[in-house]
Amino acid sequence: MLNLISLAFKKAKYEKRPALLTYTVAGDSTIKQSLDILKSISKNVDILEVGVPHNTPVADGSQIQTSAYRAIKNGIRINDIFKIVKDFRKFNKIKPIILMGYYNMIFQYGENNFLNKCKVSGVNGLIVVDLPWPENKNFAKKCKKKSIYFIQLLSPTTTKGRLKKIIKDSHPMSYFISMLSTTGGKLKVSPKEILKNYNEIKKINPKKEIVIGFGITEKTIDKLKSADGLVVGSAICKEISKSLRYRQNPVTNVSNLVKKLKNKIK
Amino acid sequence: MKIKKGIPLIDQTDDLGFWGGKFGGNFVPETLKKPIEDLEILFNKLKKNKKFIAERDKYFKNWIGTPTRFIKLENLTKHVGGAQIWSKVVSDANGGAHKIYNATVHCLLAKQSGKKFIIGDTGAGYAGKMLSMAAKKFGLKCKIFMGAKDIARQQPNVKAMKKNGAEVIPVYSGSQTLVDAVSECMRFWVANCDTTAMCVGSTVGPAVFVRICGWSTSQISRELKVQLVDEFGSIPKKLKLYNCVGGGSSSFGFWNEFMDYDKKQCEFIGVEAGGPERSKKHAAPLTYGSKIGILHGALQYVNQDSDGQIEETESISAGLDYPGISPLHCFLKDTKRARYTAASDEEALRAYKIVTKFEKLRPSLEPSHAFSVAIKESKKFSRDTVVVVNSCGDAYKDKGILEKKLGKKYVKFN
Repeated sequence: MLNLISLAFKKAKYEKRPALLTYTVAGDSTIKQSLDILKSISKNVDILEVGVPHNTPVADGSQIQTSAYRAIKNGIRINDIFKIVKDFRKFNKIKPIILMGYYNMIFQYGENNFLNKCKVSGVNGLIVVDLPWPENKNFAKKCKKKSIYFIQLLSPTTTKGRLKKIIKDSHPMSYFISMLSTTGGKLKVSPKEILKNYNEIKKINPKKEIVIGFGITEKTIDKLKSADGLVVGSAICKEISKSLRYRQNPVTNVSNLVKKLKNKIK
Repeated sequence: MKIKKGIPLIDQTDDLGFWGGKFGGNFVPETLKKPIEDLEILFNKLKKNKKFIAERDKYFKNWIGTPTRFIKLENLTKHVGGAQIWSKVVSDANGGAHKIYNATVHCLLAKQSGKKFIIGDTGAGYAGKMLSMAAKKFGLKCKIFMGAKDIARQQPNVKAMKKNGAEVIPVYSGSQTLVDAVSECMRFWVANCDTTAMCVGSTVGPAVFVRICGWSTSQISRELKVQLVDEFGSIPKKLKLYNCVGGGSSSFGFWNEFMDYDKKQCEFIGVEAGGPERSKKHAAPLTYGSKIGILHGALQYVNQDSDGQIEETESISAGLDYPGISPLHCFLKDTKRARYTAASDEEALRAYKIVTKFEKLRPSLEPSHAFSVAIKESKKFSRDTVVVVNSCGDAYKDKGILEKKLGKKYVKFN
């Protein structure tokens, strides 16, 4: 059976648009609310990235940090996250889910335990921010055995030689970081420049799906729509923070934002 | 797991940067892979380069001031009535602490790589103060990340950093202490690694930073070895080296040159921060059996919950208030080359009182932890035992805390 992630890319290609990926933090601001957000946005999203909050994140900007601290403060535990995924799966069987987080959480859970739990809960892919290649070789192999995609990150600082090696070892989807930044930074490179770098990477193996993330908002998303997929994270976390501040419903506000994002790339 | 003889400990890593196959490494975002590799290549080349070493030694000698004193604490020895108690007064170094060695080397490396900006983290403020001094000396623009809680409790060093022209950036996330300052500094580097060099303030972080810092602070034991031979004719038969351990930079530097001696002759004792006596929180992962996990890019013993969230620490000494510990010390613990224990806030304060009562020495709260254990254990040792405590920082930065805790009479600062 085809991994749901590959299926989602197929569907987007068929509709002649990039796949839309969202990132929300599990348990932000509560377990129930984060599940409600996932359910509500899933009709406009192709792939759902679910953040595993960690309290010493070395690559996240202030928006995602705020979301993560909020979730941790409200008591989220790893097993709750698997429960969120499982509950979502009861509601929707085909929308792919990727867990994104830091390696220590997996290390403490035990790699094998973690992957078993992913499998039974219905996780389709993993992004581990601080487990780069070649350190991730073993873990990526274990993922493959479970038919879970291990998604490699590629950066503007990744050298050509290294890119080739990473892509060679990569699973069908990889993630290109648009610029030198933590998540949620202001786009400091022109979309044209980003796409130029992106296309260079695509040339290495055009069959592999590569999404672009970091710094993508409502304002910039349409300029990057020639990519296989686009990830919006911090802008959504910001919307949740804003909704909470003004005592509005985050579920409605985030759903509206996602709908707008989708319309921009149709 | 074994320590190899004849090879510096900083170079005993495997290809992926692990000591003993399980401590250290490079758990970093992809963006940092290249800058870290560049720094590794530069450092590996320069540490073998005679010209570079001569330049380092020139600055160490003329600017930092080497060697720092090695003195016998006669009155304290008499008072305790056991081993001879000595101190290596590393706080003699320019700026008042050992952090100057690492800061100077990082600035020299930044100059070599053509970077114009340098960033660093700080807890007690010494790493930040020294980096700001060195940056000024070498004409680099400097930003220091510091937890908001530490900014409040270590004002003298904050003022010094600003005076040196550094921008001090308060970090409000998490516990607002060193752990958050290091995270924020690494995040800034992720976004600016093309123009900016990063200095990690201790023997922590991705492997290359552990190595650079350990290489730099080893100046302390190089000096001590010569001073011991001058004083005793040879390395004493019973030598015990006490040092506080937070991240582990001063202790590693204090011990490095004695690594190959039998531990029966040269024993290493690391003293972690046990925190307040009534609190469950501490900053002593080695003493209190914390599990191995990843913090700031490296596998190490670290205070964490069962999910892998890093736990908040508590210590009166900002410089030791860190949930993790250098991979080098994890390696030294597991190979049993060093012994680790902890002193509480109260014990450190009592040791400060005793040392300042008997000697013209005012160790900061960090080395006061080491003095506490050294005094306690020295009572039981024979007179031919030579106990040396690294007084790696000066208490001037702690004057606010000391006044509050002990009253004005203990705090006479010029």
